[in-house]
Amino acid sequence: MGDYILLAISCILVNNIVLAQYLGMCPFLGTSKKMETAIGMAMAVIFVLVLAGSITWLIQAYILKPFGLEYLRTIAFIIVIASLVQFVELFLKKSIPALYKGLGIFLPLITTNCAVMGVCLININEEYTFVQSLVTSFSYAAGFGLVLVLFAGVRERILLARVPKQLEDTAIGLVTAGLFALAFFAFKGMA
Amino acid sequence: MAKTITQEFVKGLWDEIPPFRLVLGLCPTLAVTKSVENGLGMGVAVIFVLVCSNILVSLLRNIIPPKVRIACFIVIIATFVIVVELVMQAYAYPLFLTLGIFIPLIVVNCIVLGRAEAFAYKNGVVRSIVDGLGMGTGFTISLVAISALREVLGNGTFYGMSVFPPAFQPFTFMIEAPGAFVCLGLMLCMMNLAGNK
Repeated sequence: MGDYILLAISCILVNNIVLAQYLGMCPFLGTSKKMETAIGMAMAVIFVLVLAGSITWLIQAYILKPFGLEYLRTIAFIIVIASLVQFVELFLKKSIPALYKGLGIFLPLITTNCAVMGVCLININEEYTFVQSLVTSFSYAAGFGLVLVLFAGVRERILLARVPKQLEDTAIGLVTAGLFALAFFAFKGMA
Repeated sequence: MAKTITQEFVKGLWDEIPPFRLVLGLCPTLAVTKSVENGLGMGVAVIFVLVCSNILVSLLRNIIPPKVRIACFIVIIATFVIVVELVMQAYAYPLFLTLGIFIPLIVVNCIVLGRAEAFAYKNGVVRSIVDGLGMGTGFTISLVAISALREVLGNGTFYGMSVFPPAFQPFTFMIEAPGAFVCLGLMLCMMNLAGNK
């Protein structure tokens, strides 16, 4: 049990998906302008990533590996993720309309979120067991959500500040993200 | 509206240069620019995938039904990414190891999908090739520029050769994650200054 908690902490804080592994930058910068959209995106990523992480692990272990088809991994994973997102969208629309409304346009956007694909590949490369993969998928997604929501809070404040014209929008966003990364860098000392 | 072939190429080099003007494909930009060698390798891989997928999408643009086009694009792109992956594994294994998961992640690089959707799906083959080449070259130039800055300051080397006297203290901040963000943000600011935006 302790191992899993350690693994979770390292995925959320030390090896944070956005600030230490550089994955999921596009939604990180794109959906962090408002707190509401940030929360929506964070929820959607957690939901899809846990599903995608477990399904791709099963596909790798029971289909690709036994038949020696590992070179097809990239195409298999992206198809799984794309169809999973579509399926989740339909399922939520029918059975949990409230959640579907809450996640809104962020569901389809997740297909091209490289954090999802990235975590699935990390799970395979690190040769995690199924339970470990579940833990990492959830904690990487939670780390993404945590940073996204924190960042959205800061960005809402930046809107009120006077920023040089050339630095507006994405440029100041990146510099702020750099400071965030510096803060998270301190967690490396824990590991 | 009609642009000449040269204009299609040149727009990728300055007017719409990714990732500065089109803020797409940031993940590989930040992750692989620790050294010029990595940046260049990534750039070349992206050029190849971009040109090939543009050709195929543009050839098939009358056959692909609009409703499932995104899925078709992704499958086409994934095919070429696998080609790159296998070729790199065979001929540039050390580079393949350093770039790691960022090679398969070209599949979800917004630049490639974006050009398929915004350009190749609406234009002829020749134009699409030129567009892919221009955008890919622009992306490579950006990657090399960022990685040159980061490698020279953060490691004191350029393409593996040292450029400073041995007494130079490398500014390690630049090759770590925070440096990547700050460096890209400041370069974006420079681009805005130069373009008088």
